[in-house]
Amino acid sequence: MIKKGEWVKIEKILLKPEERTAKLPEETKKVPYVVHVNGYLQNDAEIGDEVTILSRIGRLHTGKLIEVKPSFKHNFGDFIQHLVDINIELKKELEEINEIQQRG
Amino acid sequence: MDKSYNAVMSRKNEIMKKALGIDYDKYKISEISFDYEMMMDDVGYSINEIADIQKQSKVGNTPLYYLSNITKLVRKYAAKGKGAKIYLKDEAANASGSFKARRASLSVYEALKKGYKGVIAATSGNYGAAVASQAAMRGLKCIIIQEVFDSKYIGQPEIVEKSRICDAMGAEVIMSSVGPELFYSLLSALEDTGYFNASLYTPYSIAGIETLGWEIVNQIRKLEGRDPDYIVVTHAGGGNITGTARGALKYKLEFKPLNNTEFIACSVDLTGLHMASDIDFNKKSFTTGHTGFGVPFAQWPDRADTPRNAARPLRYMDKYLTVTQGEVFYATEMLAALEGIERGPAGNTSLAGAINLAMNLDQDAIVVVQETEYTGAGKHPQAQLSFAQNNGIEILRGKPEDSINGKNIILPRNLSDFQYKEIDLQKLKISYLENLVANFPKVKMLEEDFEFLSNDINEDPKWIKEQIFNILIKMKEK
Repeated sequence: MIKKGEWVKIEKILLKPEERTAKLPEETKKVPYVVHVNGYLQNDAEIGDEVTILSRIGRLHTGKLIEVKPSFKHNFGDFIQHLVDINIELKKELEEINEIQQRG
Repeated sequence: MDKSYNAVMSRKNEIMKKALGIDYDKYKISEISFDYEMMMDDVGYSINEIADIQKQSKVGNTPLYYLSNITKLVRKYAAKGKGAKIYLKDEAANASGSFKARRASLSVYEALKKGYKGVIAATSGNYGAAVASQAAMRGLKCIIIQEVFDSKYIGQPEIVEKSRICDAMGAEVIMSSVGPELFYSLLSALEDTGYFNASLYTPYSIAGIETLGWEIVNQIRKLEGRDPDYIVVTHAGGGNITGTARGALKYKLEFKPLNNTEFIACSVDLTGLHMASDIDFNKKSFTTGHTGFGVPFAQWPDRADTPRNAARPLRYMDKYLTVTQGEVFYATEMLAALEGIERGPAGNTSLAGAINLAMNLDQDAIVVVQETEYTGAGKHPQAQLSFAQNNGIEILRGKPEDSINGKNIILPRNLSDFQYKEIDLQKLKISYLENLVANFPKVKMLEEDFEFLSNDINEDPKWIKEQIFNILIKMKEK
């Protein structure tokens, strides 16, 4: 059970696929339009329950509980050889330019 | 109250009026025309007053650097006597890490002055961080609505970082899936809270950027004793070029122009990727500063979330260049490797354009790159390229002009591979007029409309009349 007062993430389905009327590509039209908001859980609950949360600025939102202690996982990515190569090449090019200039 | 999509959308006008505190009817000249300068004048602050307001909130007076090493490298590849001096305005030094702090500063100040308890902005860009940052300083509550993830809940690292920073400043972040219905979320939140709509497209937002253009001309004069020949501006919704040009022109008017300055818009070319596609959403390595916003907003500015858009790019744009994703990543790496400053890739769009532009200009010409943005997890070439790779996009070295968006990203082998494309401004202007005809199909055009249009797209009224005539003939033929 997830305790009242935990920082959680909820999902609200704002528009079901059939309710989406805007001019949209097919792949977007067939999925719902949803939003996520984080806040303090207002009652003990389980993942998947319809719950109410209190957001950072004190607003109440209701939706499906989908995550407990949500955090950001983005980072600097995996190694990309090209970026290392470019960096080294550029420094070498500048070094050569400076050498030529010093020689006059 | 009925909060369904149709019900909320039908209350759009009244919600907006309450949330902006601006009566746009006041500026109406006809169905088509409005008094743009009167609307901008009603902001009510001089450039110096705006600079003071910005100073209070940790915005403005950013450094301008001469990029001596990049200029050296450009001259290596340029023809003899060519290779203009490149300067960089380091807008990452603003409170929220981008020039967007200028736009937010005046909006949030105004919201406080008018007695609003909070501000809301719908944006997936750096503007969210800017509004959240200014709201934090001014003690206002803040809601940021962002398009963050696709239907598999995966978010582009750059956008995820933008959610994080809004969170860090204490905003309530409403993170949405892909779709233009973001606007519905915005209206709904404005209605629920009664907060101020800190839209990117209000007169306050544009007036806030004018200090940037003003500072650039002032700084270049002190360093070079003349005006910049070119100011290259990363272009998306049109506010950046509008505000920067207005500020630069105001400075030149106040202290007499020394020489001509051209305003060059520059976007990352994302041709082939649909902006509202759940699939294409995570195939973009750039979430702003790209043609997906830049072209439609130039062709029709009044698609914004305000009754009239204060960002009117065709008034000020002298040229419109596009560069590839690969060139911008390469330029970003150059800035770090040769100039020792690491900045976020999207903000370096205009740097990639300027490097290419400078190669064809005389050595005594001055090119100013007008912004940078902060970097960090997600907002970084390595984060972007490895995310792209994981989405099946191939990362190659070669000629960026051969790249296909959504399939590969081609990083240049050296500066000789840089090749910007130029978007034909006349074609953009014709598209603007086609949109005009489509938006006002039954309206008879008046003489004052042609005067308005002449200013709005910077063309001769006679040319405009001819084009509209041609558009109407084509429509009849269909």
